[in-house]
Amino acid sequence: MARPVPADADTFPKLLIRNARNFGNRPAMRHKDLGIWQTLTWAQLLDEVRAYAAGLHRLGLKRGDTMAIVGANRPRLYESLMSAQALGVVPVPVYADAVADELSYVLAHAEVRFAAVEDQEQVDKILSVSERLPKLETMVYDEPRGLRDYDHTRLHSIEDVIADGRKALAEDAGLAAWLDAEIAAGKGSDTSIILYTSGTTGQSKGVVLSAERCIGASSDTVAFDSLTEKDEALAYLPLAWVGDHYLNYAQGLVAGFCMACPESGDTAMADLREIGPTFFFAPPRSFEQMLTRLMIRMEDAGFIKRQLFHHFIGVARRYGEKILNQQPVPLHGRFAYWLGNILVYGPLKNVLGLSNVRIAYTAGEAIGPDLFSFYRSLGLNLKQLYGQTEAFLYLTAQPDGQIYADTVGPALPNVDLRIAENGEVQFKSPGMFVSYFKDDAKTKETMTPDGYVKTGDAGFFDSKTGHLKIIDRAKDVGKLKDGTLFPPKYVENKLKFFPNIREAVAYGDGRDFVAVMINIDLAAVGSWAERNNVIYGSYQELAGHPLVYDMIQKNIEETNRSLAEDKVTAGAQVRRFLILHKELDADDGEVTRTQKVRRGFVAERYAPLVKALYDGSKEADISTEVTFEDGRKGMLSARVKIRDVATVPVTPALGKAA
Amino acid sequence: MRAPSASDIAAGEILLSIENVSLSFGGVRAIRDVSFDIKKGEVRAIIGPNGAGKTSMLNVINGFYQPQQGRITFKGETRSKMQPHDAARGGIARTFQNVALFKGMSALDNIMAGRTLKMKHGFLWQLLRVGPALNEEIAHRHRVEEIIDFLEIQAIRKVPVARLPYGLQKRVELGRALAMEPDLLLLDEPMAGMNLEEKEDMSRFIIDVNDHFGTTIALIEHDMGVVMDLSDRVVVLDHGVKIADGTPDHVKQDQNVIDAYLGVAH
Repeated sequence: MARPVPADADTFPKLLIRNARNFGNRPAMRHKDLGIWQTLTWAQLLDEVRAYAAGLHRLGLKRGDTMAIVGANRPRLYESLMSAQALGVVPVPVYADAVADELSYVLAHAEVRFAAVEDQEQVDKILSVSERLPKLETMVYDEPRGLRDYDHTRLHSIEDVIADGRKALAEDAGLAAWLDAEIAAGKGSDTSIILYTSGTTGQSKGVVLSAERCIGASSDTVAFDSLTEKDEALAYLPLAWVGDHYLNYAQGLVAGFCMACPESGDTAMADLREIGPTFFFAPPRSFEQMLTRLMIRMEDAGFIKRQLFHHFIGVARRYGEKILNQQPVPLHGRFAYWLGNILVYGPLKNVLGLSNVRIAYTAGEAIGPDLFSFYRSLGLNLKQLYGQTEAFLYLTAQPDGQIYADTVGPALPNVDLRIAENGEVQFKSPGMFVSYFKDDAKTKETMTPDGYVKTGDAGFFDSKTGHLKIIDRAKDVGKLKDGTLFPPKYVENKLKFFPNIREAVAYGDGRDFVAVMINIDLAAVGSWAERNNVIYGSYQELAGHPLVYDMIQKNIEETNRSLAEDKVTAGAQVRRFLILHKELDADDGEVTRTQKVRRGFVAERYAPLVKALYDGSKEADISTEVTFEDGRKGMLSARVKIRDVATVPVTPALGKAA
Repeated sequence: MRAPSASDIAAGEILLSIENVSLSFGGVRAIRDVSFDIKKGEVRAIIGPNGAGKTSMLNVINGFYQPQQGRITFKGETRSKMQPHDAARGGIARTFQNVALFKGMSALDNIMAGRTLKMKHGFLWQLLRVGPALNEEIAHRHRVEEIIDFLEIQAIRKVPVARLPYGLQKRVELGRALAMEPDLLLLDEPMAGMNLEEKEDMSRFIIDVNDHFGTTIALIEHDMGVVMDLSDRVVVLDHGVKIADGTPDHVKQDQNVIDAYLGVAH
């Protein structure tokens, strides 16, 4: 297990004090106010957190309580996390875009007494379910707009709470001493935070994490990537996701680096460019979208620029990754890459805001190998990691210089990984969770008798490199009727690499063949339609357009050729497909809040379509209920076409391939 | 949740009063002897069927049309003739039924344009961008950034408005009107052509503007649900004649209004 965490740095508030002492004048947080970046130093942050904690204490918050945190990445909400932890209160961050039902489930389950929220929208959402939250007493909010005339007996602005706390601390030395004692009384074994899983499988579970384990795990990875207080990260990931809490909050406090909060959700990409972080994480989907946008803009660029781009991207494909991995490259290759860096890669990374990035990670889903090597070939040190909330994120990560697109790297220092007999990955790690909150049965189910945690993912160690390869969720890897292996995610990921395809859902387990439902990418296909004079009035119309079908069919046939290259996957070629008439949406429960497709739910919801995929019909009618952003519901009906796709004949691999 | 209660407003000071105003274009009588007032801090709706004279009424208020008869008193000053720029200087800002923005300019520049009247330094000073002129511009930019923050349009700050969807263009237009820090804000169908979500956003912004800045608002709107929710008092026009005036509940039950909207057998 991990090396022991020193007692004066075994909770996050203690780390905050340490940072304020060691480098109090260095930036701790940045945020954009009225279009200008404002910086908060570690000393100022500590001062605010102390005042805030004192204010919350005066409102009645006390050790052992839980406090919900709902909203976007704002300094005030991060301060809420720290202030809660300073008082020995357990913060429970909740996804800001959760609908009222999801929100009330988590708030009720966690038995929160206090809630720190971003704005009127969140206040309204909580008020609308307040009768289901008898334990909730007080709410504090960051953005006062629209809230002036609300009943303020149980509602306070964070600004006021901090001002009140500051005044009280100045007047009453006893309170200040009490607060210091309260922070010092925090123990490493205390619960530091409860993170609710996004609910890929059913109702979300509260993962209880202790302070010393959080800090132990973060210390290991901070050392692994040699992060220091001179680094900077953009904190734009959902506050309630383990990724944000780990990568930005925990690592930020352990290493002392600065986290910058974007101005708003929509501006994250522009803010990325302005901040120029040195440490960057994005899910594969974001890298995909960035590339799609890039390619679309290149199509619209002038002739010379386009030629230049394509030429040097070719050069990067040939030499870029080798240079990054410090492998031998011929001199003329190095020269061409150097030139390309000046003319194309440098400016490109600058536009994307990735110029200063020293370490970039991606995780959450498998990343397309081509997509992965595209970024690496530009000289971006993009690596993959693998982990889960129960492990406080990290289990494996790719060390610099040992990068293989299809693996997620070896186990991290102090992480003990093993593969169970059924192929499931199991672990013991410094950051492993304590239990599921109020759910001992689930906790028992997840732990093995000898203390390992089951991940639910199927994988194996690559024989050549010793790195871990994840195939799919253990329970999702299926078999066709004839026994051919069918890894749905593998097929879907191959399809999703095409810019036109935003999402793919593959079926085949227990069936005769593989069939897929496709979601087109509106940005990419829409731009194609504009260039080719294809007229459409809505997403639905574009999705059903015969020319779009032709295009997607070509993409699937190409995928089939690539699947056929490997004898293990050759049997999983796609025979039939359809294009869905609506985008899969988290509000309808079709994807999780972290944008993972819930395959089973989608199959149920679109049962007539799945049936039509397998009964040979050419089209099918579907009518589904959709939830609008305000929670209202409506019906959406459509007639969806189904097409057959050519497959590459599979030659029985009779000893030939071995 | 609204700031001024009905009784507050009833007692409130009159910001603008229209007395016996008539307006005709040749033989067409667009407005006939209409009188009503707008009180400080209220949201006042002007509604009516198509061709009732609502937009003409707004144009009379901000001086674009000169009524042939009647008196208009704004902030205690009575006038019969006024030019639109006088109205703007006097503190009346408006948005238009069809978005009227500078299409090639960014959202930020469009809203900055709303500050023109507040600029104290002349054209040449601004061109030089030195000393006091620069300081002034920074102060104006600060105010504009507050509006951008208020309307939650940070992400489109630097996007040319022609590239924005309609709902956002409307929001930028509202931003430009707000940049004038008006005493009276005229909104001509702020929600025309919007989808449900955009309408809800816009309604929230209108309530917030009224609440946060205390701006008096007169709006024309077709969506009855919106009008009844937003406004403190409603005046109903039909064929240029005022047929009802009062609180939304009162107006809803008025027989003349019901007849005007549903039609009546003659």
